[in-house]
Amino acid sequence: MTGEAKNKNIKNRLGSWLRWLFSSKERRAKSSIKQTKATKTETPIESPPISRKAESKPSTRKTKVLMLGWELPPHNSGGLGVACHDLCESIHQLEKAQITFLLPHDLGIKLPFMKVIACAPLSKRTEKALGQTAYGPRRNSEDQAGDLEGDLVDQVEKYAKDVEKILSKIDFDIIHAHDWLSFKAGIKAKEISGKPLIAHIHSTEFDRSGGGFIYQKIADIEKMGLSNADKIITVSNLTKNQIVDKYSISPSKISVIHNGVSHKWNKVSSDNLKMLKKVGKKIVLFVGRMTIQKGPDYFIKAAKKVSQVMDEAVFVMVGAGDMERQIIEQAASLGLSDKVFFTGFVSIEERNSLYRSADVYVMPSISEPFGIVALESLINRTPIIISKQSGVSETIRHALKVDFWDTDEMAEKIVAVLKHKSLNKTLLKNGESEAKTITWEKAAQKCIDIYESLTK
Amino acid sequence: MASVCFYFQVHQPYRIKKMRVFDIGQGHDYFVDNENERLNNEIILKKVASKCYIPTNEVILNLLNKHKDFKVAFSFSGTLLEQLEKSCPEALESFKKIVQTGRAEILSETYYHSLSLIYNTDEFRHQVKAHRQKVIDLFDYEPTVFRNTELIYNNDLSDELEKMGYRGVLMEGADHILKGESPNFVRRAMGKNLKILLKNYKLSDDIAFRFSQSSWSEYPLTVDKFVKWVEEAGRDSHTVNLFMDYETFGEHHFKESGILDFLENLPEEFLKSPQNSFLTPSEAIDKHEAIAELDVPQSVSWADAERDLSAWIENSMQKDALNKLYSLEKAIKKTKDEKIKEDWRRLQTSDHFYYMCTKYFSDGDVHKYFNPYETPYEAFINFMNALSDLKLRLDLENKK
Repeated sequence: MTGEAKNKNIKNRLGSWLRWLFSSKERRAKSSIKQTKATKTETPIESPPISRKAESKPSTRKTKVLMLGWELPPHNSGGLGVACHDLCESIHQLEKAQITFLLPHDLGIKLPFMKVIACAPLSKRTEKALGQTAYGPRRNSEDQAGDLEGDLVDQVEKYAKDVEKILSKIDFDIIHAHDWLSFKAGIKAKEISGKPLIAHIHSTEFDRSGGGFIYQKIADIEKMGLSNADKIITVSNLTKNQIVDKYSISPSKISVIHNGVSHKWNKVSSDNLKMLKKVGKKIVLFVGRMTIQKGPDYFIKAAKKVSQVMDEAVFVMVGAGDMERQIIEQAASLGLSDKVFFTGFVSIEERNSLYRSADVYVMPSISEPFGIVALESLINRTPIIISKQSGVSETIRHALKVDFWDTDEMAEKIVAVLKHKSLNKTLLKNGESEAKTITWEKAAQKCIDIYESLTK
Repeated sequence: MASVCFYFQVHQPYRIKKMRVFDIGQGHDYFVDNENERLNNEIILKKVASKCYIPTNEVILNLLNKHKDFKVAFSFSGTLLEQLEKSCPEALESFKKIVQTGRAEILSETYYHSLSLIYNTDEFRHQVKAHRQKVIDLFDYEPTVFRNTELIYNNDLSDELEKMGYRGVLMEGADHILKGESPNFVRRAMGKNLKILLKNYKLSDDIAFRFSQSSWSEYPLTVDKFVKWVEEAGRDSHTVNLFMDYETFGEHHFKESGILDFLENLPEEFLKSPQNSFLTPSEAIDKHEAIAELDVPQSVSWADAERDLSAWIENSMQKDALNKLYSLEKAIKKTKDEKIKEDWRRLQTSDHFYYMCTKYFSDGDVHKYFNPYETPYEAFINFMNALSDLKLRLDLENKK
């Protein structure tokens, strides 16, 4: 890579996390207003120690879960925060477990269904690391891997140290840690307390690299967490097989718990793309970070093929990421500038409205441990075409499935859904009712079963 | 004392090759796929012939030679007969030998194993005639009893059959038609002399579906046990009609399940009692007076628990595909290109629409077993691409 290109690439990456910071700062400002109204901010100093003796009858009492996460909405850069939030809410609703959720940094989050404790205040440096997280920009080669990941690994180490400091103040029976970002903290908590550790894998370094460069330090932490865990939860069989293969983990230690989808998000009525539809355009939607893992380049290749046979097809790409510039240029060089629209990062409400406007949603991910967005699309009444290399395809039969690299077949299926209303209708009718059965409640119940088996 | 009437359906469709939207207009042969084994009609036919047709024909022929009272009936779809002629003449020869014994009846059906009865009466008549001619040509045999695709029956069918001079027709012994009455008696079509033989679905499905099901409480099904059931059902009635796909023997149930031994031993056990007998459909019709009339305004079939048309005509894709296919009829009649006509008719085979069925897709059941496409959606896309291509050819031809 030339020096200039390298600079450009770094600028791109900088651009995308600056955009994230900008958007999250706004959101942070909003939530801080809420915070002042709240009675008390949970910080390690202020949080009251919970007495272990306070609970009496052990047979009917709730399992006390120390949940270790990295982010929670609205301060999330990817699906991890949302998944943690929705899973915890459903666990709470089943009334079998009580969750204390640890975050590495104070994001000013208060939730009615669980205690959220921040291990440390938010510093400038953490803010920067948070901005890109493991789900942010990808480097494309060894020489680019550096500051960003280095920062993140430092943060992960610091999280573990901070957890050590406050652990004595928290009462718990079991530790449930989400992804490599909290694995060091989880291992530390297990060492000190002797309580069982569950490692929950939402994505691996191999997914995030999209078959490209693996950041070894992250892979090492991932493996360490999995080896030290008493039980592992993966969000799909795909991910289970991956950690068995790549990290030599015994399959008997792993339980697959598919994610769910939140149904409260399906109440949107506006139609942002009404004009496009009025003039007879058919809308093909991509939603996801513009990173190598999500396969936006395959989407563009398929778009080119579709537009050769269907003039009325337009392509809307939602999301930001380090590949955004590259994708825009790719679209331009294929002569698709008037057919492909980029929205950048959008709010949940806007995203739901885009699902509703679209004729078909396409998820061309190279490696997708689960892919809740596909379920969101169905809940919002748009049929889906999904990569076979995804966890969600294990849960949905009524979807069109393609290998991400087979852009001929992807284009074939996009054209078919746009062309045949009856296909669109049947896919949607069956897919929507199937998606409605994939709930967080089911996932929560399976977590509770694991808690009970480990604390017996 | 009991009588058994055996009828076996022998059918293979022309599965449509993998057709991409980008292939439309490229002039492809829709029914030849050398890339996907699951869609390669020649390979499938040869496989089914070696697993079922050839070994089972041998069993049947031996039985006919051994037991002078053993009789059977077959219905062969035209699409099967063509494929046998082309790719497996030895299997066709063995069927001919069976027919030459004089104790195997051949039934009439639509040449293309189609749903034309439901969609286009003219086309239905055309296909029945074409099939009849094919049977005469190949077997020197003139059928007198009719069975429609997948035992689909309604009052309209009886009208058509009476006009064509048929004496009888086969039908599913569906609960909602019989309302608790026995299927083992001959009935009559509403207001007509056309006689109806009803499938005893319980005893038929014991062989066709449950024979190798180890979870079934009656597993394993022995000849002794089955003969007792048949005698019980057949006592003081006309005939116990055992209707099933011929592929039951050796294909749906593998040879290792003992299905061929079961078939081989059944007649002997059954004929031990001298009052028991086998009847062909036309013999059953000649021998017995109808006990009642059947009024069937809504179609019944032998498919799924519903016993209706929902295996082929239920979701929007199936209806869309069928409507668009039959809407070409006028243009088809205009064209002089016989190959276009033939392709249009091959696309009418009911199997194409069965593959698009989403009813039980989530449970991954029998529909999935019979589907050469990954999903009903792929089946639909493939079909519509072939149909678009056909329409293009038709438009070009008719502009000439």
